[in-house]
Amino acid sequence: MNITHQKPPTDGAQRPIFRMHAVTKEYRVGENVIRALRGIDLTLFAGELVVFLGASGSGKSTLLNILGGLDSATSGSVRYHDLELCGADDAALTEFRRQHVGFVFQFYNLIPSLTARENVAIVTEIATNPMDPDEALALLDLGARADHFPGQLSGGEQQRVAIARAIAKQPAVLLCDEPTGALDSKTGIKVLKALEHANRALGTTTAVITHNEAIAAMADRVVRLSDGRISAISQNPRRADPETLHW
Amino acid sequence: MRALERKLFRDLWNMRAQAIAIALVMAGGVATWVISLSTIESLENSQRMFYQNYRFADVFAPLKRAPLAAIGRIWEIPGVRTAEGRVRASATLNVRGFDEPVEGLLTSIPEADNAMLNRLFLTAGRLPRAGDDSEVVISEAFAEAHRLAVGDGIDAIIRGQASRLLISGIGLSPEFVYQIRPGSLFPDHSRYATLWMLQRPLAQAAGMEGAFNDVVLQLERNADAATVIEALDTILDRWGGTGAVLREDQTSHSYLREEMEQLRAMARIVPLIFLGVAAFLLNIVIHRMVRMQRDQIAILKAFGYSNRVIATHFTGLVLLIVLLGIVPGIALGGWMGHGLANIYREFFRFPELFFRVGPPVIASAVLVTAGAALAGTWRALWGAFRAAPAEAMRAEQPHGSRRSLIERIPLFRHLDQPNRMIVRSLERQPIKALLAVTGIALAVAILVTGRFQQDTIGFMLDVQFGFAAREDVTVTFTEPAGREALNEIRALPGVIEAEPFRAVAVKLFHGHRSHRSAVQAYSPNATLHRTLDRNLEPIEVPESGLLLTDWLAEQLDVEVGQVITVEFLEGKRPRIEIPLAGIVREFVGAAAYMRLEALNGLLQESERISGVYLTADFKDRELLLDQLQRRPRVATSSLLENAVSSFNRTMGENIRIFSLVNTLLAGVVAFGVIYNTARLALSERARELASLRVLGFRRREVAWVLLGELALLTAVAIPIGFWLGYGFCGLISRAMASEFYRVPAVIHSDSYAFAAAVVLAAMLISMLAIGNRLYRLDLVAVLKTRE
Repeated sequence: MNITHQKPPTDGAQRPIFRMHAVTKEYRVGENVIRALRGIDLTLFAGELVVFLGASGSGKSTLLNILGGLDSATSGSVRYHDLELCGADDAALTEFRRQHVGFVFQFYNLIPSLTARENVAIVTEIATNPMDPDEALALLDLGARADHFPGQLSGGEQQRVAIARAIAKQPAVLLCDEPTGALDSKTGIKVLKALEHANRALGTTTAVITHNEAIAAMADRVVRLSDGRISAISQNPRRADPETLHW
Repeated sequence: MRALERKLFRDLWNMRAQAIAIALVMAGGVATWVISLSTIESLENSQRMFYQNYRFADVFAPLKRAPLAAIGRIWEIPGVRTAEGRVRASATLNVRGFDEPVEGLLTSIPEADNAMLNRLFLTAGRLPRAGDDSEVVISEAFAEAHRLAVGDGIDAIIRGQASRLLISGIGLSPEFVYQIRPGSLFPDHSRYATLWMLQRPLAQAAGMEGAFNDVVLQLERNADAATVIEALDTILDRWGGTGAVLREDQTSHSYLREEMEQLRAMARIVPLIFLGVAAFLLNIVIHRMVRMQRDQIAILKAFGYSNRVIATHFTGLVLLIVLLGIVPGIALGGWMGHGLANIYREFFRFPELFFRVGPPVIASAVLVTAGAALAGTWRALWGAFRAAPAEAMRAEQPHGSRRSLIERIPLFRHLDQPNRMIVRSLERQPIKALLAVTGIALAVAILVTGRFQQDTIGFMLDVQFGFAAREDVTVTFTEPAGREALNEIRALPGVIEAEPFRAVAVKLFHGHRSHRSAVQAYSPNATLHRTLDRNLEPIEVPESGLLLTDWLAEQLDVEVGQVITVEFLEGKRPRIEIPLAGIVREFVGAAAYMRLEALNGLLQESERISGVYLTADFKDRELLLDQLQRRPRVATSSLLENAVSSFNRTMGENIRIFSLVNTLLAGVVAFGVIYNTARLALSERARELASLRVLGFRRREVAWVLLGELALLTAVAIPIGFWLGYGFCGLISRAMASEFYRVPAVIHSDSYAFAAAVVLAAMLISMLAIGNRLYRLDLVAVLKTRE
């Protein structure tokens, strides 16, 4: 399946950011080889919001980890602009994450011993062109909670801090792994609104992986994965407002 | 094997590095416990057997000269079972191949048989035969020092008379288990010898025909020692008795007793430190493990495992680690104990010194170690045992999330986020940080304490021989002599300076306290042999009044200005009240000091001296020593110079071995504490650290968050360790203080630096080990699991 040259629906520049070609990923678990990705070809464009849909085990998290430089592909090519991520060493991947990628995880992964502001600052302190931590928090409507520790925040608030942390360094790409997975639907929608807002306000390419079909409606493009392959890619004529989603 | 047992071994395998680190510390504790107790036991057994079988006397009384018939009157004292009169004489010996004079103490043995009391144990040869007047038995230590064998000859000068002695046997006496020249800091077997000779020839040589000058008694089992001594002193008074003493005050016995006291102190303190540290480490490791396994415990309980089984499971884990420590600990203790016994054989001469690690010692080691381990972990174990299934299934609340005082410190606001994480982590778990600091500080303290022996002995030697006793030769007369003796010595070849001294045995009284000692008297402006004040500055002996060694003043509970009653045990034996004019600090011996004229005045004698300190030109040394030996009134002339280097040879090696062992043990403690602290911090914070890596932090930046905390803990612990170490040395110094010597609490800066270096090395090794794990941190896996 070749979907490389499909146009994103956004009217902005269609500059490709990621180009993945024939990407495979295999894990060896004891005697068995698990083939998590079986040949992925995909291009992500600047500014688009892509939702990756798939059941558990479909390979969507593996794909995200490879895009984010947390993991390396077994074969194939993953290019971020001119940087080949496949086969890059740890130092190069660390630099790539440090400069270009923002992550949001299912379990937030905030540092418990740092306040909300400090959790954002820990990223801005090492970034080249960050925004002010307070600005990032304000963008997510967390200004009043800046001095609270994660233990004092609700799950939704913690996830919004995680998003603020992810966007604060003004990354080229924001990768979100089940960002609403640990939240109830009402809180989840708040978080999706925050992601949508960040995507629109900053033009950050955003990839959200989820098994929740309902979320697909807010995307520019929806990539469906099953069994380590892309089974379908669809474009939404227009992005739905997260407020209108329900599950 | 049942599943739960398999879990036990797998848990142990998974925590193997920590378990080994803890077991090593424990092994150190067990080893020191085994060494001390076994050594005490073997010394006590050897001592008891030797004393019993060779009839060590109960009472010892030197005197000037009494007719043989007088012994009959002593036998009649109620409570005396055996009384034996002996002849004692000092001699200067010349051993071929050794160019210094050897001071010898000759003791007579009866013609017929071995002595009745203080019998000889022969390790080679036989007792002297009646008729062979030149035959002697020499002490084993002396024989070994000069490789003398039965049949060899020694040249001796007794009362100025040269004679050749023939070695018929080599032996040991319960009276000389520890052979030391009175007033010496340490035994010197090549320069101080004890010999035994038949009564008749020795009496002849010493001018004691038909007489004796030393009495030893064995008492009836229920005899009142004080009454016997009083009666004996009364009898010996007219024959120049200088006061009888009990076994407790006998030189060899009291050294042995002090040594065993020190070993007992070591048995109490050192294993306690090691086991305490091990218990603390077990506490944090098991506590952590129980917390991590809350859900597993809950499931086991949900499936019907009883509390008892669960508690037994974790207790079993603790006991397995204890076993890992005990087995090598006992082996190490046995091996090192053998080494120590060999060292003791050098200093304490018993017919046999059997070192054995007996079942009671092993049993006590097992009990104490297991007890310490369980005491350290009972809280964690109790937690496992008590947790209700449902409660245990719930995730634990994240700990503290309040800002605290430390954040108000302006400096805090200038810290970047990783450093804030370090500070908050320490602040949030203060108990853990405190315990880690304590553990590391203890390791530093052990290291400092280990070097203490070396430092303090060096210092004592410097003060004693570089500052207080600066003479080259000490000449002692057979009995007090007049001024002309000093002039005669001064005129000998090579003599540069000569200063007279007088020494008189005394009994000092203050209030209800009393102590036997000696008054040493010097002339004013003495420069060779000086008394030092508390600050180790030379202090002039005052015109009137008495100076006392600090230790003696403490024993008598007397302060400067108060009056001491001095009973002189010589001459007319006057009892005089003398005010205490000052305190003298000295590390070796304990005495009272007076002006020579003042003392002679009190004794109503004119210008009597007991001996002379002198410095001599080295090129004339041999001639000088030769001349001294030819003088009948010169009892001994001892050279200081080589004594120090001989000491360094014999003791130096032992001290180095002890230092090495000590360094290893302390290194193990430091490594155990630091590694465990780091390892736990890693497992507790793996997720957090992986998150930082995901956010783009480089490995070394993440490492800093973890290792910076360790570095900070270590940096805080080191000065505390110095302080603790100094405290331990102070305790040891106080515990070791005796009449013979006081060990000052002196530690060189080198030793502090060394202790810090070892602990920093342990820190670096731990950091490397942890860094390796940090390097392999699985970023993806750690993000998947919820804490």
